[in-house]
Amino acid sequence: MGINKKTQSCLTGLALMGWSAMVRAAWEFNFQIPATKSAQTVIDLHNMMMIIIMIIFIGVFAVVSYSVFKHRKSKGHQAAQFHDNTLVEIAWTVVPLIILAAMAWPATVALLNMRDTAQADITIKATGHQWKWGYDYLKGEGEGIRFMSLKATPAEQIRGSAAKEEHYLLEVDKHVVVPVGKKIRMLTTSTDVIHSWWVPALAVKQDAIPGYVRDAWFKAEKEGIFRGQCAELCGKDHAFMPIVVEVVSAEKYSQWVGNQKKQMAAAADEGGKSYSLDELKSRGEEVYAANCAACHQANGKGLPPAFPALDGSKIATGPKEAHIALVLHGKPNTAMAAFGGQLGDGDIAAVITYERNAWGNKTGDVVQPADIKAARK
Amino acid sequence: MNEKRSADNRRVLVRMLVVAGLMFGFGYAMVPMYQKFCEVTGINNLLNADDPLRNTQVDTSRTVTVEFDANLHGLPWSFKPGQSSVEVHPGELVHVVYRVNNTRDYPVTGQAIPSYGPQLAAAHFRKLECFCFSRQTLAAGESREMPVVFVIDPTLPKDVNTITLSYTFFEVAGTVAEPAQKMTRPGA
Amino acid sequence: MEATHVHGAGHAHGGDHAHHPKGIMRWITTTNHKDIGTMYLWFSFTMFLVGGVMALILRAELFQPGLQFVEPEFFNQMITLHGLIMVFGAIMPAFVGFANWMIPLMIGAPDMAFARMNNWSFWLLPPAGILLTASMFVPGGAAGTGWTLYPPLSIQMGIGMDMAIFAIHILGMSSIMGSINIVTTILNLRAPGMTLMRMPMFCWTWLITGYLLIAVMPVLAGAVTMLLTDRHFGTSFFNAAGGGDPVLFQHIFWFFGHPEVYIIALPAFGVVSHVIPAFARKPLFGYTSMVYAIAAIALISFIVWAHHMYVVGMPVAGQLYFMYATILIAVPTGVKVFNWVATMWRGSLTFETPMLFALGFLFLFTIGGFTGLVLSNTAVDVQLQDTYYVVAHFHYVMVAGALFSAFAAVYYWLPKWTGHMYDETLGKWHFWLSFIFFNIAFFPQHFLGLAGMPRRIPDYALQFTDFNQVSTIGAFGFGLSQLLFLYIVLKTIRSGEKAAAKPWEGATGLEWTVPSPAPYHTFEEPPVLTEAKGHA
Repeated sequence: MGINKKTQSCLTGLALMGWSAMVRAAWEFNFQIPATKSAQTVIDLHNMMMIIIMIIFIGVFAVVSYSVFKHRKSKGHQAAQFHDNTLVEIAWTVVPLIILAAMAWPATVALLNMRDTAQADITIKATGHQWKWGYDYLKGEGEGIRFMSLKATPAEQIRGSAAKEEHYLLEVDKHVVVPVGKKIRMLTTSTDVIHSWWVPALAVKQDAIPGYVRDAWFKAEKEGIFRGQCAELCGKDHAFMPIVVEVVSAEKYSQWVGNQKKQMAAAADEGGKSYSLDELKSRGEEVYAANCAACHQANGKGLPPAFPALDGSKIATGPKEAHIALVLHGKPNTAMAAFGGQLGDGDIAAVITYERNAWGNKTGDVVQPADIKAARK
Repeated sequence: MNEKRSADNRRVLVRMLVVAGLMFGFGYAMVPMYQKFCEVTGINNLLNADDPLRNTQVDTSRTVTVEFDANLHGLPWSFKPGQSSVEVHPGELVHVVYRVNNTRDYPVTGQAIPSYGPQLAAAHFRKLECFCFSRQTLAAGESREMPVVFVIDPTLPKDVNTITLSYTFFEVAGTVAEPAQKMTRPGA
Repeated sequence: MEATHVHGAGHAHGGDHAHHPKGIMRWITTTNHKDIGTMYLWFSFTMFLVGGVMALILRAELFQPGLQFVEPEFFNQMITLHGLIMVFGAIMPAFVGFANWMIPLMIGAPDMAFARMNNWSFWLLPPAGILLTASMFVPGGAAGTGWTLYPPLSIQMGIGMDMAIFAIHILGMSSIMGSINIVTTILNLRAPGMTLMRMPMFCWTWLITGYLLIAVMPVLAGAVTMLLTDRHFGTSFFNAAGGGDPVLFQHIFWFFGHPEVYIIALPAFGVVSHVIPAFARKPLFGYTSMVYAIAAIALISFIVWAHHMYVVGMPVAGQLYFMYATILIAVPTGVKVFNWVATMWRGSLTFETPMLFALGFLFLFTIGGFTGLVLSNTAVDVQLQDTYYVVAHFHYVMVAGALFSAFAAVYYWLPKWTGHMYDETLGKWHFWLSFIFFNIAFFPQHFLGLAGMPRRIPDYALQFTDFNQVSTIGAFGFGLSQLLFLYIVLKTIRSGEKAAAKPWEGATGLEWTVPSPAPYHTFEEPPVLTEAKGHA
């Protein structure tokens, strides 16, 4: 009986696995389920165009098929010799023109609406970095919140040494949280190359151009988590900078804002604390994996010539001050970003400590948050 | 006949080469044309002071929220607006400040580029004074408050109630080499 | 630069002279339009295989989610080189090759107008091809920016980028010289009595393509020169810090890039306008409206470029203008499709391989045109820009459009070039394999794009797995089918049934009045045009 039950549950499990595999292998062939009116409008427009196109296509190729089957030489069909007909030619110039004009009208209305960013409740700036997104809540509830949002899919899954999770490549450590039913204005910009902020379910795609801000907007009609990706080739890890927007109720949003403010205050306060070498190293390893490993690689060997090795490098084994300065301020005209604006004192201290004591680097140096705070002056 | 034909050929050749040369020039001509176009349409009038409005009629019937944003592009500075946003009436003269601080121990020069969201606001946003009109050099560790004085043109379309003014500070080439050399110094 | 017909008068018509050097020197020094045409075609096919192998590397990596075969930076390099090589190395030289071979034969000219320049414009190509391919092996590898070379990403690249820029300069010079030659030939060397409006359609399409090339290749050269000076000489055309704008590059690039699409498509239209009437045994319907349609397409192509950049954040008025202008292109394109359909109507159709490829072209190009219409709609394009939908769209236009038309041209004219008939059974196999595998490879990419898969990514989320696997299988099938094409061509050159001067019952035009294979020198005396030898 016990065995039977086990078999039974095992079978159910298998069936479930099969079902979930089928869901995953859903052969997605159309737009994602829309979460905004704009996204719905796009689907409606596309459907309308597809219907018109299908009708024309079938009409034209019905004529072609008729010719192909009836007007064959093998069936003894003799070729007619006509070669123009002004009336027909005018007709098939003018009629398409009218159809196209009719299609352009709803497209115009939809576009004007999509570009109208006025009367927004919250303004969020998305900043593209090679290869992650940073967010600043500029105005509205949550003003002042800022964080980096990093890809959370571990390298093992990408390299195939671990099973891929459901949201493979579409998971980040910090979601962009927004309240439902509020008009969110997204500003985009970039610190290096052109990126593009795209969430299909929200129908927002806006290039992020260094030196300029661009704007777009969305108003989520329902709660949920909506995933997107960078849509403009931005270098090596273009495929690895996902965007996750979490739409929540107004109350949950207020709660989230409160938590964020507390965390930010705690991070700002870290300058005074001090940690042991091991504490810093283990925290630093995580920070390193999230922020540095894409270029300098998990083994510290880098990808020369573009991305230098840290293992045994002059910076990571030389004077502390130079190392701190480089991480804080970056190196101009290279992919080395200034992390001073992206990470807190604690994280920077941890990652520098880690880099100076990982792989073949054995400096034994401990860099404390206070050192970073001092270096920022 | 043959000579005439090769003369004809040569004439076509010369004409075509002239066209090709002109089109190469046209590629370059697109640069000033684009700038002119942006200037005329007000999309991108970046680095010059706008004319103050004459007969400024403050339109108190409506209020526009102007948000301020600051970005750095590879500069070792901290750069923040003194206020995150202000409420203004179109036609009203507004003074705001941005705070900038050079965190390094050597002077650095930067140039700020303004940008607006929504873009159409640019044509109605008149900057009378701005730190972006010239390069800014900050001495080692220097902090500075930099003013911006602007007027929103009352011709701003009625449905625009929020404008973001965003600055990105770029380092000016020539001051770039400095940090790389300094980097190795502290140990010595 | 003498026009070649100077030595024409004294010689008997059609003899194969011993004036030219033998062996490799024959090919290096040749000024004969047929030799040069042949070299263009072989060069094009070689580059087609190189670019094809790159495409298969991309598809192999995309067979499964995760990184299996190549690193992301190498993937980006493959994307760039695949695009540049296919556009500038494979498709464009193929149609220049057809033009070299066929235009003098079609208009009754002894050779191209500037025979020596013709030699130069070909011999610029191999160094450019080598430069592009070799850039993979320099430190930092080839440019990993995509063929569009957008700054500031292209400013970050290594020396491979400079090699690509230099290759584009060389390719541009070659194209400009080639098109000046073709335009001059068409304008000045037509046989007496062949008025412009009696000229074969292929010549018309090339005349207009030639003008397009002369107008836009220098613009591309300017754009990449600005990139070069931005990279090395401290200018800041595309750098916001120095008062430039990275988006400006996109404007200049697509000012070239959109006409470029028609530079590739128009000669393809020309070929199809010969093949369909030949196998329908019926004159081309609406010759005059066809000419006007080509001219209209060419003109409109200059004013629609920014539909490639709907999401850069241009003012809404700009988006609307470019949407309307783009939609307008559908009208002349529609006219052409309707004309081809009307040409077949009440004809006497047979379906040899060239006709099959022409019909395949008609079917698939129409799909590509319609998806283009979908993309022209700015609101919809916000969702589709930079997704696999765009990849599917332009492969329907470029591969199914230009490449299928090029295959039709090869099968149609191969008897004239080699004096042998190709193997009809194998030719049909080649068509059906190409047609089926092409659709397996590229049709699912529409679905991927709609479902939200960005382009130019080496790794993707799990929900895109199924269609990517289908697409990869199709791509390998399509790639391998092209080896069959190589075999068919080689077989035809070496053996095969002897071809008559006019192997196709319904074919018209001067090229079919010379023997097959076409003698080394033809039309040294201009032919006398009778009513029957015109375009129709």
